[in-house]
Amino acid sequence: MSEIDATISPGQVILEMKGITKAFPGIVANSDVDFDLKKGEIHCLLGENGAGKSTLMKILYGLYKQDKGEVFYKGEPLVVNGPADTLRQGIGMVHQHFMLIKPLTVAENLVLGNEPTKYGFLIDKKKAKAELMEISTTFGLAIEPDAKIMDISVGMQQRVEILKALHRGAEVLILDEPTAVLTPQETKELFVIMRKLVHDGKSIIFISHKLKEVMEISDRVTVINHGRIIGSVKTSETSPSQLANMMVGREVELIVHKEPAKPGKEKFRAEGLVAENDRGLPALRGIDLSVRAGEILGVCGVDGNGQTELVQCITGMRRLSAGKVTLNGKDITNMPPKRCFEAGIVHVPEDRQKHGLVLDFTVAENMILQTYNKKPFSRGITLRWDEIKSYARRIISEFDVRTPDEDTKAGSLSGGNQQKAILARELSRTPELIVVAQPTRGLDVGAIEYIHKRLVSERDSGRAVLLVSLELDEIMSLSDRIAVIYEGRIMGTMDIEDATEETLGLMMAGSMPASHKGVM
Amino acid sequence: MERKKDNSAIKELIVPVTAVFIGLVLGGILMTLTGVNAIEGYKALIMGCFGRLEYVSETIVYTTPLIFTGLAIALGFRCGLFNIGCEGQYIVGLIGAAVVGAMDLGLPTFIHLPLTMLSGMACGAIWASVPGLLKAKFGIHEVVNSIMMNYIALYLSHYLVNGPIKDPGITSPYSREILDTAKLWRFFGQNSPIRVNSGIIIAIAAALFVYYLLFKTTIGYQIRAVGFNPEAARYGGISVPTNIVAAMFISGALAGLAGAVQIMGIQFKFLDIFAFQGYGLDGIAVALVGKSHPLGVLPSALLFGILQRGSQTMQMLAGVPKETIGIMQGVIIIIVAAEGIIKGWLPIRKILGTDKKAAGKEVGRA
Ligand SMILES: Nc1ncnc2c1ncn2[C@@H]1O[C@H](COP(=O)(O)OP(=O)(O)OP(=O)(O)O)[C@@H](O)[C@H]1O
Ligand SMILES: [Mg+2]
Repeated sequence: MSEIDATISPGQVILEMKGITKAFPGIVANSDVDFDLKKGEIHCLLGENGAGKSTLMKILYGLYKQDKGEVFYKGEPLVVNGPADTLRQGIGMVHQHFMLIKPLTVAENLVLGNEPTKYGFLIDKKKAKAELMEISTTFGLAIEPDAKIMDISVGMQQRVEILKALHRGAEVLILDEPTAVLTPQETKELFVIMRKLVHDGKSIIFISHKLKEVMEISDRVTVINHGRIIGSVKTSETSPSQLANMMVGREVELIVHKEPAKPGKEKFRAEGLVAENDRGLPALRGIDLSVRAGEILGVCGVDGNGQTELVQCITGMRRLSAGKVTLNGKDITNMPPKRCFEAGIVHVPEDRQKHGLVLDFTVAENMILQTYNKKPFSRGITLRWDEIKSYARRIISEFDVRTPDEDTKAGSLSGGNQQKAILARELSRTPELIVVAQPTRGLDVGAIEYIHKRLVSERDSGRAVLLVSLELDEIMSLSDRIAVIYEGRIMGTMDIEDATEETLGLMMAGSMPASHKGVM
Repeated sequence: MERKKDNSAIKELIVPVTAVFIGLVLGGILMTLTGVNAIEGYKALIMGCFGRLEYVSETIVYTTPLIFTGLAIALGFRCGLFNIGCEGQYIVGLIGAAVVGAMDLGLPTFIHLPLTMLSGMACGAIWASVPGLLKAKFGIHEVVNSIMMNYIALYLSHYLVNGPIKDPGITSPYSREILDTAKLWRFFGQNSPIRVNSGIIIAIAAALFVYYLLFKTTIGYQIRAVGFNPEAARYGGISVPTNIVAAMFISGALAGLAGAVQIMGIQFKFLDIFAFQGYGLDGIAVALVGKSHPLGVLPSALLFGILQRGSQTMQMLAGVPKETIGIMQGVIIIIVAAEGIIKGWLPIRKILGTDKKAAGKEVGRA
């Protein structure tokens, strides 16, 4: 192995996938796909939601077996028997939803699967820690070995995943949408790490829907659409709009065009909201907000400053210990989710797999999660499946959710299509207030364009929209007013005309820019 | 699309069928090892279950309560609950039916019979609601409480049949015989030794009812949503505690019905019991092998009915130790419960055309 190794120098092909075909019931996820990776490059795989990116990577990693096609690694056919074997041969994958054991420490997770042992059966924790320290200094990835996974940030967890792969000697790293859940700062740190790794001779396959990131970090981009390769380009010879075009097959408007808002009367008001987070620590320390009909209020802030709890308190998912929430003048404080929804709130939750969907339900079943007991979906206690299915079919096609049919399990949809299914369900109702948290997380550019347009048109038809997002770009381009949240308080609220990235950035970090003193 | 559906039905069946197959082969090997001719052994099993009308009848008699308890457990599973308390719910179901069935209220059959049945169901339902409420209100795990409720039911029945509900006319600890108006119809005459009765029809009807309830009604929708993902259910406005109690209630009613039907069709009176009868526990196996599907429970219950009935005839006719069947049952259950073993088994993977992780099972990721 090492002899062959030495023969591959940077710039030469280290990995090649040839004619890969993979079908699932009702859908061909990969069709005759050719893909290659050169040693020392960052190769981005780009494509619409459901294009088959994750599937291709899972085949490479040995999670799925292709129907047809071959993989060559270092010039030889790669025969693998499951992920553990792939890893042994030098290909590691960091999944978007990490596969770490939460109550264990960083060091314990690192060695999981090939633990150093004492007396043949006890895990040698000291040795595990030593191995971790060694690998983390080698690659310059600082980490706290004794911290429990559940207590560290998502960015840190990702670092553990990367270290885990490196620890097993990965030379090729697959990163499937690593930045979707990272803060901008964490993304920057990840990119530093990635650059260092390729500098050290590793090769990386990177998946992201964010064209800015793709342009910044990759050497080469391969576009895949409907399971087929559209083409490969050098990053230095392309542009975001060309990539979007290749991907979607048409021009995509990367900026939102909207008329200035014509806000009406106040619809929603939150006063002095106080609540705790899951660990019983104060998360909201007196939040005041209001949203008028026909406007989009964007709430921005660094992750973990109370956004999650704010959304949950408004939608009945979390109890307030103090404060008052009103919708159209009606008190809805601490009402259960059902009553909030009946009062006219729709909610796109930030965690699509935990709250948004029942993954084991079919798509159709998921489309009636709040309305299963309403007309026309049921009569008495009897569900009317023909009504449910035809409704599901209608909104699936309206929102372009890519699924073989409405009877497919939601859990087998691609990540972005799961998100689209939730958006389809929520935005198809006619609410008073729309609360959306990270609405476009994991969506491709075409889908983002559609959702943004849709939110603007909801606004224009007189609804109040509360948008919570970690993407500053999204906040800036959609909002009519922006509220900055910091440590459970609203630092300030401003009209979009007055907002600049700098002021927002400062406020998100907790300091009030001089020009905005006293703005509220 | 049609093809896809057929395919998925086959996928559901393949694990239980393979498990049964492996169980049978293993049973054969065991018999051979213990010096019994395996062919003779299985012949005894088949003959003992189907060789004569009485045998067929007995097989059905064994199967009937297993259908009810299998359904009870399956329904609990669908809501994410492990109702291990079917045993106790079955006992209070026996008592509830025995007491009401023996009441001479001058009622006509069409009132007395359903009333007796309802009484057994109500007892089971109430019994199951206790752990249900404790789980819903305080988050106490239902398994612990269900087991305690089982013992309470056992000793309570013991007390009752030796005191308050004992038939004073006889010395044995039996309750009074139920009236004819509360007896189920035995197909071959009320006094015939061929005991098969309309209980089996009620059992099949119950399976159809549970199927309808789970998949065609809003109640079933809620129960399944809570079972799959309580957080998403809560988000959707579905009350998790309410549905936990509801599922336990219905589950308990089914287990109670098992007891009622046993009284009304077979025993006609409550006979003192000193140990659990096993219908509740076997119900777990029935539900597992039936993949927690109400219509899967029917063949699964029949399988366990056959094995139970057959274990006696195999011992009698071919000298096969009863434990052999016990081991076979165990193997089948383990294989089904650890379905990953089978799905990961290469030949099966080829048939299914799937990979490591069965399509759809794999949690969708971006
Ligand atoms: N386990 C599975 N069972 C059935 N269908 C699947 C499964 N996994 C993926 N698919 C289907 O294959 C297609 C490709 O999915 P894949 O997850 O590869 O898309 P993707 O390019 O990663 O999309 P996204 O950007 O949304 O993550 C989708 O239509 C999806 O529904
Ligand atoms: Mg994906």
